[in-house]
Amino acid sequence: MNEKYIARSRQVAYRVLGEETIVMSATDSRLFNLSEVATVIWQAADGRTSLSEIVNRRVCAEFDVLPQVAYPDALAFAEELARHGILHISDRPIPVVETSAPIGAAVNP
Amino acid sequence: MSLMEQLNRKALGLGVPLSVHLDVTYRCNERCEHCYLEHDDRGEMTAAEIAGVLRQLADAGVFFLTLSGGEPFVRRDCFEIIECARSLHFNVKLKTNAVLLREKEAKRLRALGVEQVQISVYSHRAEVHDATTKVAGSLNRTLAAIRLLRLHGLKVTIANVLMRGNSRDSEGVRALAAQLGAHYTLDPTITPMIDGNTSVLRLRLPAQELGEVFHNAELVGDVESFCAPPPPVDEDVREGLPCSAGHTACYISPYGDVYPCVQFPLPCGNVRRQQFLDIWRSSSQLEQVRSIRAKDLPTCSSCSHLGTCTRCPGLAYMEGDMRGPSTADCEKSFIRTGIRTAGMLLRDAASAMPGLVQIQLS
Repeated sequence: MNEKYIARSRQVAYRVLGEETIVMSATDSRLFNLSEVATVIWQAADGRTSLSEIVNRRVCAEFDVLPQVAYPDALAFAEELARHGILHISDRPIPVVETSAPIGAAVNP
Repeated sequence: MSLMEQLNRKALGLGVPLSVHLDVTYRCNERCEHCYLEHDDRGEMTAAEIAGVLRQLADAGVFFLTLSGGEPFVRRDCFEIIECARSLHFNVKLKTNAVLLREKEAKRLRALGVEQVQISVYSHRAEVHDATTKVAGSLNRTLAAIRLLRLHGLKVTIANVLMRGNSRDSEGVRALAAQLGAHYTLDPTITPMIDGNTSVLRLRLPAQELGEVFHNAELVGDVESFCAPPPPVDEDVREGLPCSAGHTACYISPYGDVYPCVQFPLPCGNVRRQQFLDIWRSSSQLEQVRSIRAKDLPTCSSCSHLGTCTRCPGLAYMEGDMRGPSTADCEKSFIRTGIRTAGMLLRDAASAMPGLVQIQLS
């Protein structure tokens, strides 16, 4: 199995509301509501942690589900979000550039 | 129920301020004749103070953040504030006249993932728009900026405030928006100035012209449905909330003052002296606003328009009673449907009543 890495797009806004997450794409203003399990995957999508590790360490640990059951669902979820352009998937770690410098720091135009 | 409705309902249940409007300055490079603000700087929050407030808002669960002014880009650190907001994952909407935006800024806004930019355009004719803003060449500069924003893939909404002097231009502005690939929104609301000064209300659209707007299918869609008599008021309507102000939304001024809404100048606290969540959860003023249900409105609860009226509690507050009718919204309901509102009937009755002292001249 090839490792997959996932990273949130920089063109989205998101916020955890209760145990779910709302996500809005700045590209097409589409709104998404992520379930509790999807929220765990979304929050772990840092581009550095592999999807299998996210499933093993976060999803299986928190939701009492076997990796062989959870992984295909997690991959399908990631691919669906990728189709909407709000998540990136790669076979390699994805460099994530922070949105901004901390306020008060010099800002380059 | 749409996802947005579900979201609002959930936020309401959790007590989360889903939307915040933050004015980063009242200074402006235009002098629009209908503006409700004083443009002097009385000590606006620094970028560092605003960053602190934004972090508190993110922790409180705020998702939709509108950054506005005044003209936000007269602040040299405006991009710093936007970058901070985006780093905290807010959905950012900017309200600007766009006069100061060039290629570099448009590109940067796109890279930052700003969701939309709302820009006021008063007319497709420069002589009308520029007369409103009192800045020569402002329409050309605004339109040039809109083209650049669109070129870089930003969603742009043209807000067309209707008032005396530009009401006949709404179709022209709408056509212009279509040509530019921008969304169009029409707003016939002129509000008193934030200090209560009502002189700008002279610019409100006369009833006949507002009636023409409300009966124009190009502007309102299905006229028959838009202007239909209100349906009977049911219990859901009577138990309903007047609007989202103070429930899932609030406003913060450049000086840190917190209000239920930008159009509702009831001071609820100040983020320079208090934590935002303490204000949001414990302000007695917000609790008062939240306690009101449609059935509690002394005049409006008996009105046939209760379920369809756009009654603004902020405008009512500025008229003296947040539970009272808003004259402007009474007029809109009447002009739309031809049916007088409870507020109008009350005024009619009051004016027909003889005074306590009658003097007959022989």
